[in-house]
Parts: sequence; C-alpha cells; structure tokens
Amino acid sequence: MSTTERPTTPPEPMTPEIVSREGNSMVLSMGPQHPSTHGVLQIMLEIEGETVVKAEPEIGYLHTGIEKSAENLFWTQAQTVIERMDYLAPESNALCYALAAERLLGIEGKIPERAQTIRVLFSELTRMASHCVWLGTHGIDIGAISVFFYCFDLRENLLDLQEAAGGARMHPNYVRIGGVNGDLPQGFLDRFDALLEKFPGRMRDLRGLLQANPIFQDRTIDVGTLTPEEAVRWNVTGPALRASGVAYDVRRAFPYCGFETYEFDVPTRTEGDAYARFLVRLDEMEESYKILKQVRKRLDTPGAVMIDDTKIAAPPKETIALSMEALIHHFKIVSEGFRIPPGDAYASVESPRGELGYYIVSDGGNRPYRIRTRPPSLYNLQVLKHIAPGNLIADLVVMIGSLDPVFGEVDR
Amino acid sequence: MEVGPGHFLLAKLDDVARWAQSSSVWPLTMGLACCAIEMMTVTAPEYDIARLGSEVFRSSPRQADLMIVSGRVAQKMAPVVKRLHDQMADPKWVISMGACASSGGVFDNYAIVQGVDTIIPVDVYVPGCPPTPDGLLYAVNLIQQQIREGGRGGVLARG
Repeated sequence: MSTTERPTTPPEPMTPEIVSREGNSMVLSMGPQHPSTHGVLQIMLEIEGETVVKAEPEIGYLHTGIEKSAENLFWTQAQTVIERMDYLAPESNALCYALAAERLLGIEGKIPERAQTIRVLFSELTRMASHCVWLGTHGIDIGAISVFFYCFDLRENLLDLQEAAGGARMHPNYVRIGGVNGDLPQGFLDRFDALLEKFPGRMRDLRGLLQANPIFQDRTIDVGTLTPEEAVRWNVTGPALRASGVAYDVRRAFPYCGFETYEFDVPTRTEGDAYARFLVRLDEMEESYKILKQVRKRLDTPGAVMIDDTKIAAPPKETIALSMEALIHHFKIVSEGFRIPPGDAYASVESPRGELGYYIVSDGGNRPYRIRTRPPSLYNLQVLKHIAPGNLIADLVVMIGSLDPVFGEVDR
Repeated sequence: MEVGPGHFLLAKLDDVARWAQSSSVWPLTMGLACCAIEMMTVTAPEYDIARLGSEVFRSSPRQADLMIVSGRVAQKMAPVVKRLHDQMADPKWVISMGACASSGGVFDNYAIVQGVDTIIPVDVYVPGCPPTPDGLLYAVNLIQQQIREGGRGGVLARG
C-alpha cells in the first residue's frame, strides 16, 4: 500500500472565471463547435437542472483581422476583404463601405441613377438570400427540416442572379466606389423576371410550413421577449428591434441610394418574442419583393453605371485595346488606385441584421488609414446575456436563431 | 468481387469494408465562416450530397468520419479544430475547403492560421473563395476514391 496520502475530498472542478458558480448549479460550455450556435459562438452557461441561470457569450473564435488587413490594400481592393465580414449579406457590406468612401470623396450626389438602382437591387437580393439562410437554419434548430430545403432552393435562384452580374456566387464584389462594376449582363432581366414570378408562391410555401404550425408557435411564442426600452438600451437594431415595436429602419430614417423614392412599409410587431422576429423577417422579405418590382421598372431605362470621373473610375474595358491613353489610365488605376482626401466619414445601411455602419479615416493616401465597423450582429448578440436567464437550454437555441448573428461580422 | 455459381459473391473482406466505408462518409458539423454556407448548400436541392451517402452531418466528432474545415481558422479556433480532429475516431479524413483553410487566403495577417495543414493532416484541398458546392462534391468524390484505393493525403480538387 502506498504511503502517499490521498486527498479525502475530490479537487474543486476547474471553473472558467467568467462564470461564478453559486449554489447547486453546474457550469456548461456550449460551443464553439455546436450545430445550433450558427458558427463559432461559445456560451458559458451556468445551469440549474435545465434552466439557464447565467449565460455569457464568448466571442472571438473567428477573429480575422479584416479591419487591419484592409489598411494594407487600396481603397477598391479593401472591398474584397470587407465583403467577407458579413458573409450572408456581402453586398450590404460593400455598399456601406462604398457610401462612406464616396462621402469622403464628396461625390455622393454624382453617382449615376442606374448605378443607384442596381445597388438597391443587390441590397434587397442579398437581404432575401440572407433571410433564406436564417429561416432554413432556424427551422432546423427547432426541428422543421423541410423548411431548409425550400429556403435553399429559393436562395439558389437569388445567388444565380448575383453570379450572373458579379461572377461569383457569394462574394461578387459588384458594388464599387463610384458605382457598380459594369452593367447588368445580357439575359439578366429575363432571369430576374422569372425570380419575381416564382417568389410569391415560394413565400406562401414558407409561411404555410411554419406560421400556423403549433409546434413552431409553442417553441417561439414568449421566448426571448424584449421590451422596446430594453431593445433600445441594448442597442439592438434590425428585425429584432422592429419586432419589439420600434419602427427604426435606416432605409427610412437616413435614406441612401434613393430609397426615399421607393414605396415600402417598415413591418413591426409589438410582442418582441422570437415568433414576432420570425414574422417581421418574413414580412421584410415581402417588402423587399415590393422594392424589387419597382426596381424592375426602373431597370428598363439604360444609362451609365459608373461615375464619370477619370480619377476614380477605370476606363471601359473595350477602349483599353484601342487607345494608348486608356491603357495608361487603366494601368494607373489598377497599380496605384486613387487617393481620398484626408478626413473621416461614417455611413450606415440597413443590412439584413440591422444597422451596419462603416467609419473610415483617410490620411490622403491610396489606402485606408483606419476602418471601423459597426456590426449589427455584435450588438444584437450581447442582448442574449439579458434574455437567456430563467429559460430552458432548448429555448436558448431558439433565441440565438431569432437574433440571427453572423460571426464573421461579430469577430471580424 | 466476382459472382460465384449460385447466389453468392466472393470478395476480399478488405474490399467490402472499403466499399462500405466509402459509401457512407459522414462529415462533422463544423461551420467556420463563409464556406460553411456553401457546405450547407451541398445538402440542399440542386446539389444534394445524399447521392454520395454523405448527407448525415454528425454534431459529435466521435460519430464523424470526415472533417470539412470550412473557412478561415483563427488562432483562437486552431486548438479547438485540433482537439476535434483528435476526438474523431480512426479512420478519418480531412477536406480543407477554400483558400483560407488551405493557405490563409487573402488574410495574410496575425489572426489567421496560414493553412490548416499546419495543425492537422489534410487529404483533399478545394480551391475557391468560397468553392462552389460542385467543388465540394468533387472533393468528397476524391475522398471516396482515396478510401477505395487506399491512397492518402495532399490532393488538390481541381476540375
């Protein structure tokens, strides 16, 4: 028998410092690899039985250093990495950054009409595509698998349009500072018409699958309720804010790209729970559809899609082979970029998740001096800490889904 | 395999095992970034990875055969990825999906691991940012081929 003294009591279990244990509770780490955390979120949970006593989101598992990387790229190149922040709505990111840069350049009013229309088109397409992913994954979290297939089928059609215009399914990099990269390709409008025709039926399917479904209602009604005061105090924006009854939409409050000339409603609900957020997002998709129909009418008018300013815009591709000046011009723009006068500017857009903002600083060079993002997901996610306690772990999954965070954007 | 007289098949146990293994490669549910969305898309209509027998995404590494590293691996996430790979039961395969997972991609900076093959062994690399779902399907095909033929490691999935 060994003479070493054995401890009579088991050693105290290791407890992460961010959660302090009290009473008869247990500390559980949820994530960062978890099917329902929508990416790489870790939540330190203090639970009693199945009830959450405390939830502390731990973020940073996808920190990419995008803001820092962008400082080493030209103004136009920076857009490539910026689109990879909110990867469900890349066009919103690109648009917001372009708006901020244009504000600093002082060319806000000079963007051609058609370019503005195409920007609106893509910001709404990307909103629909993003809500499709949200609804599909939210459905899977709750146990409704078939919704996922309907959503991703519709999303394929939306991505096809993006691919046709920008050349890539997910990160088309189509919106540029000064306009958009080239006019819409041939045959685009026919495909767009086909989508507009398909959409209402698909929307009816989606509503039919979930809206009156008693299981879905049981899981979402009165879960994660946010009062309007709390929502405002926690800086929540987007559908989550509007589901609490505050009709704040950047497209309405601070219109950009001519949103003030489109007719659309800002859907709101007063309940503030996960079911209300679900309804608001579905209504939003229908409002996007309304906007797209108006966009379709305007797209019949041809016009320029890039600003008429040779300091910013590259010459048309077809002239490069014919004119020496155009070739030199193109070489200058590609190898050196353009300069933006010193100063700072902020611009915000309504991304599918809420108010997305870019604050950019220039020191007069051809690269950004500093870019700071206001990611809506980060602010929406922090409210989880407030609404989770007192609920079951299973409801926590519903809450995360209903807030719709994207971690590329939270961690950047 | 060969058909014998009457109704039976003759085969080496090894071949049968490999055939079974290659027809049900179950991936791990591990979405990291943009590529994770395309990884989800392969299970959806139009691509339908169920045709290859890989639609069953397992949430526990103990039940998974294939790890799809779908996206950029941040320095903070790297130990987690390594641990998940360690927790997977042998035999196991790894697909490095996209430019970021394969080489760091456009993010050549302090925050991103410059290629996931610096921490775990990779069998198939899929280029693209993000790769199309077709690209990922092809990579799964290559994994199946590797299982049947017995080769391992370092294949680039290019069309």
